[in-house]
Amino acid sequence: MAMSRNEIFKDVQEILVDALGVDDDEVTTEATLTGDLGAESIDFLDIVFRLEKTFGIKIPREELFPAESLMNNPEFINNGKFTEKGLNELREKIPHTDLSTFQNDPDINKLGNLFTVGAIVKYVETKLNAA
Amino acid sequence: MSLAVSGRIAKSKPAVNFNEMRWIWIDKFVEFHSGKSAVAVKNVTLAEEHLHDHFPGFPVMPETLMIEAMAQTSGILVGEAKKFKEKVILAKIKKAVFFDYIKPGDTIKLEAQIESITPEGASTTGKITCADKIIAEIDLMFSHIDQNLAGKKFPDENFVFTDTFESLLRDVLLSGASPSEPGSEQN
Repeated sequence: MAMSRNEIFKDVQEILVDALGVDDDEVTTEATLTGDLGAESIDFLDIVFRLEKTFGIKIPREELFPAESLMNNPEFINNGKFTEKGLNELREKIPHTDLSTFQNDPDINKLGNLFTVGAIVKYVETKLNAA
Repeated sequence: MSLAVSGRIAKSKPAVNFNEMRWIWIDKFVEFHSGKSAVAVKNVTLAEEHLHDHFPGFPVMPETLMIEAMAQTSGILVGEAKKFKEKVILAKIKKAVFFDYIKPGDTIKLEAQIESITPEGASTTGKITCADKIIAEIDLMFSHIDQNLAGKKFPDENFVFTDTFESLLRDVLLSGASPSEPGSEQN
């Protein structure tokens, strides 16, 4: 039987509590991984490994948290901000994130804010439904 | 494996000669299954000076050094999986739980397993036992630092895996099976 979004959220919450040493009430849908939950670079790999194990899915490099391939492309980034082309690339590459606020001020330093708990839940849901 | 060195690697050559750094907290490997698992042993002795201070009259192996010993066991396992081409650095202690003391005269067994490994890094699980009694459970994350997303550059020389570590693998190598052959077992 397919998992409900709430069931996925509960598992994701547990993963983040273990991986980041945060309390479960801090892990809300809107919480950002870096800003609110204090995730550092190695934590992203840890989270990917834990998601793969818990949900039995395979997460290709740069699929859940793309950064490198976008940052190094001058067509996508100009003056520290995403270009329209870059934003389109984001929409295509990370449909699990909510770009509605970000697109008003697409500063690359704010890219981390897109990676919320809700985005992970949405990503896992898409993955499980595709399987 | 020098695991706390990332801050010092600013110049083209490491500030410390890692080949001369005697910082080894396991004695030898007794089992090695490439890319999967490894078992190392360490004999703890009062000849280790720090035991006289940790603690006076009550010498026990510091938990921090148990973590280091496990980091070396797991780290060599992770390094060998990529033929020692990657610089493998301890990046995160996921879990470290201690159940009992280790005293001089004890022989400890460190068992490590690779849980996941990708181009960016690896996660491992491990346990330390002494005469089949559980001493510690230590799960770690390693980073392949040349693959880091920040694109930071490190020296070409692999300062993590130096000659110093060769002797540790000698027994498993001499017993006929290459450590890179999966499924070979030695005791």
